[in-house]
Amino acid sequence: MKRFPFPFPHDAYRYSANIEPALTRAETAAGAWGDTVLEVDGDYRVELAERRAILQSDPSRMALLDHMRPAAWDALVLLLETLAQQYPRDMAFERSGRSCRWVNRLLDEERDFVLGDDSSLPGGPLAYASSQVQEDIVLLDQREDALWLDAGVVTFAADWSMGFDVGMRFLEVHGPVPRIHEEQIISRAQHFIMRLQPGRNYRRTNWTMTVGRRLDTSTETYPEWGPDRVSIVDDPELPERLHLRVEVQHLIRLPRSGAVMFLVRTYLASLAEVATIPAWRDRLGKVLAELPQDMADYKGISRYREAASDWLLGV
Amino acid sequence: MSTPLLTAPQVGVHLDLVVADSSYQAAGIRELVLRHPGRAILPSFAPGSHIVIECEGHTNAYSLTGSGDFPEEYRISVLYCPDGRGGSAAVHRLMHGEQVRVSAPRSAFPPVANARRHLLIAGGIGITPMVSHLRAAAEWGRDAELLYSYRPGQGAHLADVQALCGSSPGLSLSEFTNRRSFRAGLAEALRRQPLGTHLYVCGPQAFMDTVIAEARAACWPESRLHLEAFGSAELDAGRPFSVRLGRSGRSVAVPSGVSLLDALDRVGVTMPRLCRQGVCGECVVPVKAGRPEHRDLFLSDAEKSANSAIMCCVSRSLDPELELDL
Ligand code: HEM
Ligand code: FES
Repeated sequence: MKRFPFPFPHDAYRYSANIEPALTRAETAAGAWGDTVLEVDGDYRVELAERRAILQSDPSRMALLDHMRPAAWDALVLLLETLAQQYPRDMAFERSGRSCRWVNRLLDEERDFVLGDDSSLPGGPLAYASSQVQEDIVLLDQREDALWLDAGVVTFAADWSMGFDVGMRFLEVHGPVPRIHEEQIISRAQHFIMRLQPGRNYRRTNWTMTVGRRLDTSTETYPEWGPDRVSIVDDPELPERLHLRVEVQHLIRLPRSGAVMFLVRTYLASLAEVATIPAWRDRLGKVLAELPQDMADYKGISRYREAASDWLLGV
Repeated sequence: MSTPLLTAPQVGVHLDLVVADSSYQAAGIRELVLRHPGRAILPSFAPGSHIVIECEGHTNAYSLTGSGDFPEEYRISVLYCPDGRGGSAAVHRLMHGEQVRVSAPRSAFPPVANARRHLLIAGGIGITPMVSHLRAAAEWGRDAELLYSYRPGQGAHLADVQALCGSSPGLSLSEFTNRRSFRAGLAEALRRQPLGTHLYVCGPQAFMDTVIAEARAACWPESRLHLEAFGSAELDAGRPFSVRLGRSGRSVAVPSGVSLLDALDRVGVTMPRLCRQGVCGECVVPVKAGRPEHRDLFLSDAEKSANSAIMCCVSRSLDPELELDL
């Protein structure tokens, strides 16, 4: 819980363009988070194995339009460089010209590859990148005064689908979200992202709730997790089964290709775990009780949010 | 191999580099090679990127002509303009070993990733951003054609672009050394391109105007035409002003280059903030008198014209003094 990115600064939650510079340490009641862009934690191998299994059974979680190949290589290099800088004892990245060498002791991997040669890495640069970081990866192309979701590997989506959204504009992708269009949140965010410069990374958090310790709540697997939303309401184990799901999202301009990399890292904490921090227990209880209906409906938490806030607030 | 990398997050706004080498690309066109004093690898950049150089009080933007991938050096080519603002003369005077402060590379003229083909059109010194475009096109196997118009004997980077265009079957070069042949070649090239080609032009203003007018006349859609405009996303430093804090009567000076948010911080008045870019809305301050110079994206047009609030992370003042409700 020490590094859990508890996302609520107030007792009420509304959408806003909550974008802040990356790498700024955020203190919470339990500790702090945010001093890294990529985070390797105790679930590293488990989550990567889960991603591998998901991609094997459903390859549509990865998409790469042909013109995004340079962006995929750009993303891979930046991710490996960042990992090596962050975890020098376990990882190393070296390159001379286009020949690269990547060492990842946590996965027992040593790999030589050639930049730009897709066949030199298993699955190509994007699939390989997603096998080294716990974060989901989305790559956006910028053209015609818009941002386009033209590539990505997203196995841990919070009820959306990479396969469905690929090729869409940033504004279209956000079409289903209530409030943010009227309040011009999303057009401001787009304006901001389009002016993002390399080396100046930003981040934001987003949240929802998930029944079970389940990372894969993609639209594709809805039949597997959707029904839990109903059954959880009367479940005496609600505090253990219901999780606060927080995404730490980073916005990064890739230096060589000019594409935007959007990284989504998902953290889960059960209500019981949240409740071990009294300030969080109280805050989450109040946020859930106060959340406007349209936002709760969109997040898919309407059925059980009262049960959850009642438990948290001891009502 | 273990060269230190100047990648994020260490990169600030500026890089302090030294002039490692220089040569004349053509009469009056000096090429400078800039390196990090510790020979660190410099930040990578997208084709068509530029850096801003501060030199003897002048700031000028110059396109980077080298490879943007893992660069050991930055290369720029500067045309001496006797009647310019003096920036080019200062850059021409720089000596080997001298330190220069440059901005991190900024991308404002990138290739369109999904273009079917790239038609690059350069006039004179306008060749500079095209060199990095061609390098990337060769690297990724893109189709590109360069039309290069220059005065006889004055073709900067001619050997570079000839070599690049010879290196890949998808690249071709047409050279022109007089206006008439260029106009004919341009008209022909504009007609010949397959649908989905994007056009990029850089050169003197009159040259760019001609090319764009011809392309429009040949029915090229606006969205396929790209001009190098050395656009900069950075806000300028702004004029100094002062604010009076209505509740305490205290006056706070806001020098040029310092944000109102930082000026308030310095006197112990800390406003909430997140983005520092005028986007998130956290740092709003109510205004009682004076007209803010709104530079944010947060306030609506109506809110801006009401002059009753200011986003203190980016906005400044049109009047010498603003009164804030703080
Ligand atoms: C640039 C990269 C981004 C991508 C690829 C992205 C993608 C998405 C997707 C796929 C969804 C789910 C939409 C659905 O229900 O189908 C979503 C939701 C949302 N996005 Fe983004 N987004 C990005 C950046 C941002 C930014 C910068 C903001 C900030 C203002 C933002 C605000 C939101 C909000 C408020 C929601 C609703 C979330 C909820 O209540 O659960 N997004 N985004
Ligand atoms: S800090 Fe975000 S608008 Fe000023």
